[in-house]
Amino acid sequence: MTALAWLVPVALLLGALGLAAFMWALRSGQFEDLEGAAYRALEDDPLEDDDIGKE
Amino acid sequence: MTAHTAADRLTQTAKGVSPAGAAATLTLAIENMHCGGCLRSVERAALKVPGVRTARASLAAKRVSMVYDPDRAGAGDVIDALQAAGFAAAAIEAGKQSRDDARQNYLLRRVAVAGFAAMNIMLISIAVWSGEASDMDPALASAFRWVSALIALPTVAYAGQPFFSSALGALKGRRLNMDVPISLAILLATGMSLYQTLRGGQQVYFDAAVSLLFFLLVGRFLDETLRVRARGEAQNLLSLQSGMATVIEPGGAQLQVPAHALRPGDRLLVSTGERIGADGVVLEGTGQVDQSLITGETAPLTVSSGQEVYAGSLNLTRPLRIEVRAADSATLLAEISRLMLAAEQGKARYRRLADRAAAIYAPAVHGLGLATFLGWLLVGASWQTAVTYAIAVLIITCPCALALAVPAVQIAAASRLFRRRIIVKAADGIERIAETDMVVFDKTGTLTVGRPQLIEDERISDDALTAAAGLACASKHPYARAIVAAAEQRLGRAVPASGPEEVPGCGLKRTLKQGEERIGSAEWCGVESGGEESEVWYRRDSQAPVRFRFDDRVRSDAGDVVAALRSRGYRLALLSGDRIAVVERIAREVGIETWRAELKPTDKIAWLDQRAAEGRKVLMIGDGLNDAPALAAAHASMSPASAADISQRAADFIFQGEKLAPIVDAISTAKQARSMALQNFVVALVYNVICVPLAMAGMVTPLIAAIAMSTSSILVTANAARLAGRGSP
Repeated sequence: MTALAWLVPVALLLGALGLAAFMWALRSGQFEDLEGAAYRALEDDPLEDDDIGKE
Repeated sequence: MTAHTAADRLTQTAKGVSPAGAAATLTLAIENMHCGGCLRSVERAALKVPGVRTARASLAAKRVSMVYDPDRAGAGDVIDALQAAGFAAAAIEAGKQSRDDARQNYLLRRVAVAGFAAMNIMLISIAVWSGEASDMDPALASAFRWVSALIALPTVAYAGQPFFSSALGALKGRRLNMDVPISLAILLATGMSLYQTLRGGQQVYFDAAVSLLFFLLVGRFLDETLRVRARGEAQNLLSLQSGMATVIEPGGAQLQVPAHALRPGDRLLVSTGERIGADGVVLEGTGQVDQSLITGETAPLTVSSGQEVYAGSLNLTRPLRIEVRAADSATLLAEISRLMLAAEQGKARYRRLADRAAAIYAPAVHGLGLATFLGWLLVGASWQTAVTYAIAVLIITCPCALALAVPAVQIAAASRLFRRRIIVKAADGIERIAETDMVVFDKTGTLTVGRPQLIEDERISDDALTAAAGLACASKHPYARAIVAAAEQRLGRAVPASGPEEVPGCGLKRTLKQGEERIGSAEWCGVESGGEESEVWYRRDSQAPVRFRFDDRVRSDAGDVVAALRSRGYRLALLSGDRIAVVERIAREVGIETWRAELKPTDKIAWLDQRAAEGRKVLMIGDGLNDAPALAAAHASMSPASAADISQRAADFIFQGEKLAPIVDAISTAKQARSMALQNFVVALVYNVICVPLAMAGMVTPLIAAIAMSTSSILVTANAARLAGRGSP
């Protein structure tokens, strides 16, 4: 039973990490153009002006 | 006059914030960007403009945002570069866009937090529920409830904000909306659960409260996404349409400026075939303008210096110089705006279906809660027990399904309309259009295409048509274009004649080896006028003159749409600013018996008010500036995408394309949406009829509450999804 004492906090922490990752993605504008993102994945050469996450 | 030069203004209007010397941002609407290739081409073209630092296009929004150096580049340069790459572009006011984005992200963050919390609390709750059936240590169960409380309390405080603030706003205005019972249920459930946790009791509803919050936020977010997308599309359309105007600076230099950035006192050069960007006075030149978008009158109007022209008029015959009038003076636009404002105030009283349901629902719920409390006291229970059961009633009746019922259906309906190129502009438009029982059309540009067409006549010989079309090729006048189009249709082609000369307001002529040939007004060709305005004559030397007559073509499916509407029991009417004879003929052609002609905007409103007083709910369909107040006054309204921008702003729906069929589409989708919303209300009602007696009897456990709430929410959402899932008509 004592295992729960650390398993529950660890589970919550992992979940919170996921939440934080989502918040970061949202803030850096990765959800702004869901249609365009599908095409950008197919581009060969990186866009020199790709400014995701810089602003 | 202002001290700004036009160059200043160009960057000022186009960018968001710009302290001197800093980089400015610019957002452009792009008309024809459809795939990943277009996306790259747009970004490349924008980046090639010197001074543009970054460019990022969005396929979903059909826009490109860039950061640029205002000293080195301007909006005009980028628009030109994009035009050269094959994309029509126009500047967008940046303010609204960022506000919409912020609101969307505000909701999405709360959805994420509520989703995270709901999952974790549910995980713990399931352990506790199964523990009750087996042999879980009560101390451990209590510890688990504490963990739930630690997750739930900050979540409710953070993710519940949209509901709390909306409920507070409603209460301050002494109204009840759906958010009042929602907020109450969430707060009570959380409060009681906390109390029970402190006491070591078992009536803990954190899971129900937080998953309720999650479901509701998802509904709210989808609703907001829909609105933002509709607003964005409408704004793109408007920006692309209003386009640029050519300003002549005091020094004589010409400059392209977005039409919405024009200021009173600006001098404009309007070339032939261009729309006039602002209300103004003609300074120089005599020419004809097409004011059909403003007055509904199809026949071109001749204007000369000193006369007023209105924004949206099409310049037909020759370049005009125009001085922009003060916006606050008694211009037509100002008058129309005043009428619209008055009409909209009348409509603001409309209450949405969900709010009307809430007005019945909320008192009923609170009454039941009170009855439970008093009932248990009467039969001798302790007050704590009575309070616990009363709160269970409030939680179980929390309008989760009810609050999802309407938005879920409306999102499904609106996305179906999106796919059929109908933009839903007003969030409650779908509800209002479903209630209408009468359809009122405008004529020019709505029932008709808004462009004149040659009336075929056997007296017009092939030779005469060929010769007339040859001359007409040199003119941009709509009648000339109609002759060319008719020649192309009848003879397969039109060959431009050499050396024609255009005399504004009269017509064209050219000198031949023997004599000359002329095309234009009756006077120009030296013949007695037939008394009609919409005619053009062609004469070669002393040969008999040939008369060409024109009329505005009715949209190809207008008759079918009118018949379809009538068969569904709609009353129909036609209101127009055009002349009686023309309106009567069109009305007969499409099969509308009730029609009124030569109406001013105020007359249209008065007519609609009479119908409203008779209890009719009118769907108004119009495109002109003169229709805008009527569009705002009607119960629901639609505009074609070719409409004047003020009309598009006023309309609830905008439809694209050459056909009228979207009207029938919109009405039938809205009616289906309404019957589905009612079905959803029934689902919610059935759920309540089953669960409320259980709750009143004190038999609801946290497990039952959680299951009942989730199933009713999922049922309602799944029912709404049926609407979106239905294929093409």
